[in-house]
Amino acid sequence: MEKLEVKKIKLYYFTSKGVIHALDGVSFELRAGETLGVVGESGCGKTTLGTALLNMPTPPGRIVAGEIRLDGVDILKLNENELRKQIRWEKMAMVFQGAMNCLTPVYTIRKQMMETILSHRKMAKEEAEARIIKYLNLVGLSADVLRRYPHELSGGMKQRIVIATALFLEPQIVICDEPTTALDVVVQAQIINLLKKLKQQLKLSFIFITHDLATEAEVADRILVMYAGKVAEIGTNEQIYGPRGAAHPYTQLLMAATPRLRQKVDQLAFIPGTPPDLLAPPAGCRFHLRCPQVMARCRQEEPPLIEIEPAHTVACWRWKQ
Amino acid sequence: MSEVILEVKDLKKWFPLKRSLGQWLRGQRTWMRAVDGVSFQIKKGEIFGLIGESGCGKTTTGKLIMKLIEPTGGQIFFRGEDVTHLSPEALKAYKREVQMIFQDPYASMNPRFRLHQVLAEPLTIHRIGANEQEKRALAAEALTKVKLTPASDFLDRFSHMLSGGQRQRAATARTLILSPSFIVADEPVSMVDLSTRAELLQMMKDIQEELGLTYLYITHDLSTARYFADRIAVMYLGRIVEMGTADELIDHPLHPYTKALIAAVPEPVPGRVNLIKEIPIKGEIPSAAQIPSGCRFHPRCPFAVDDCRHLTAAKLILAGPGHAVACWRYKELD
Repeated sequence: MEKLEVKKIKLYYFTSKGVIHALDGVSFELRAGETLGVVGESGCGKTTLGTALLNMPTPPGRIVAGEIRLDGVDILKLNENELRKQIRWEKMAMVFQGAMNCLTPVYTIRKQMMETILSHRKMAKEEAEARIIKYLNLVGLSADVLRRYPHELSGGMKQRIVIATALFLEPQIVICDEPTTALDVVVQAQIINLLKKLKQQLKLSFIFITHDLATEAEVADRILVMYAGKVAEIGTNEQIYGPRGAAHPYTQLLMAATPRLRQKVDQLAFIPGTPPDLLAPPAGCRFHLRCPQVMARCRQEEPPLIEIEPAHTVACWRWKQ
Repeated sequence: MSEVILEVKDLKKWFPLKRSLGQWLRGQRTWMRAVDGVSFQIKKGEIFGLIGESGCGKTTTGKLIMKLIEPTGGQIFFRGEDVTHLSPEALKAYKREVQMIFQDPYASMNPRFRLHQVLAEPLTIHRIGANEQEKRALAAEALTKVKLTPASDFLDRFSHMLSGGQRQRAATARTLILSPSFIVADEPVSMVDLSTRAELLQMMKDIQEELGLTYLYITHDLSTARYFADRIAVMYLGRIVEMGTADELIDHPLHPYTKALIAAVPEPVPGRVNLIKEIPIKGEIPSAAQIPSGCRFHPRCPFAVDDCRHLTAAKLILAGPGHAVACWRYKELD
């Protein structure tokens, strides 16, 4: 993999109540060997973005415009069969939110993993088992878990199994949707360490979706902040978390609302109001209803992504001046 | 701030486990020791944080204090009175004083009820308010307290017409409607979006000051606890391992477990991407059905010595002003 380019992608959900503009012109690129963090509140389109990248929107969703180019090939032009044979889990895998709770309770881990691998690759059972054990070792588990049932394993172990399963077909890009959210802090830190080690060992690229800016700071080389189906800001880890701070008012507020353990704060900031209804998104900047720095222009015109320094783009009219 | 409002002494809750036929014939019993000797005091007007990983017994402790389950052993004192075992009438009076906010605002409200019905339910149970109008007025008052204003806009809504943050406010209004003096808040913000979390905690602090409430704040999240709580107790496998004021405990932790928890918490600062974080403890919390001998933490503790395995578990001892720790070796390790 050289590069994943996403251009102006639009994914709408066509519900009985109307059209939900879940992704409304999102563009970014993912380079080989980097981790791109996607952050935002619930309902901002983070998970939808993950499913869009694999071209498998959840019904009644449909990708209505845009391009997703993986090494130059627009995967939105491929048919289901080609997607399944060439892209999904072959080149791009996804670890869904709560996937660790979706292991079948009635099968052993061996049976579940075997089924996955044999349905994609023709190989002898012994060979498949050797491969399974290789990946289990890679994620820090012993072959001993193979004969266990999911209920005998802890949350951290199940999450490791789900990650190992996603890696079977040797993808180059792994999309992780909230992989640490339901776990305890110590286990969370262990899983984050594991993902970092895998990134180095297997030269993987990650898309790491989470609502937690603090977790993102530990894993992401670059951060994409989403708000109401649009990109608010993209910057490097240093640009977003560094002393100069984030540039978009939304990112700034999210950062101020993140409680810090090692610093005493008397008052946490919060963002008044709720994200807009994506059935009828507001005109102008989608954040203008909650923005403390709103100007007249923000209410009427939608801000473009403006490059304020190399690798740092912001969708905010304040930066046009 | 000096009056103790709630005290628990050596509180225990053991859940019986299923026995095999052999065990049954031999008369053996096995237990899940969810809470196993917990003691603490909460002063009036204080926010007391109870922290731990999942399965450490923090929620069970909250339920015991709420009198939703009966303790296996130990005592609970509320305003100096023993409330461990209460008659049904006394229990009803106790529950007017002590209320609970649950973790999941989606599951804790009847989806078929309008908000004024949700709020009127505790009033009906406790026979407060002569007629519907009076109850509606009380409901409106409670909604105003949690800043769901104008209350008339919200009274006739169903819970699905509220956002997560608004729902948790409504749930708080329901606990406030009986004018309690003590609130058990079990992970009140863990299911709420980050952007509204601070707003909710701030609101809870405001009503606490306004109404002179006392909170037991149960959470797994050290960061919000530091911000929200005055004192923090860290639980591990049914026992408190360390207790102190929020700042003291987080800035100068003494127990190896507390230290590890603090080390594992991510921080929104740059330059950590290529760092593999050192986590001083291994593995995960064992089951409360198989509690290790000696100090419960010894199998995961990097500093465990023979004594930790064989001696009985260390008791909470005062290590500094208002700072207690249960570790044999805390002095050498500090």
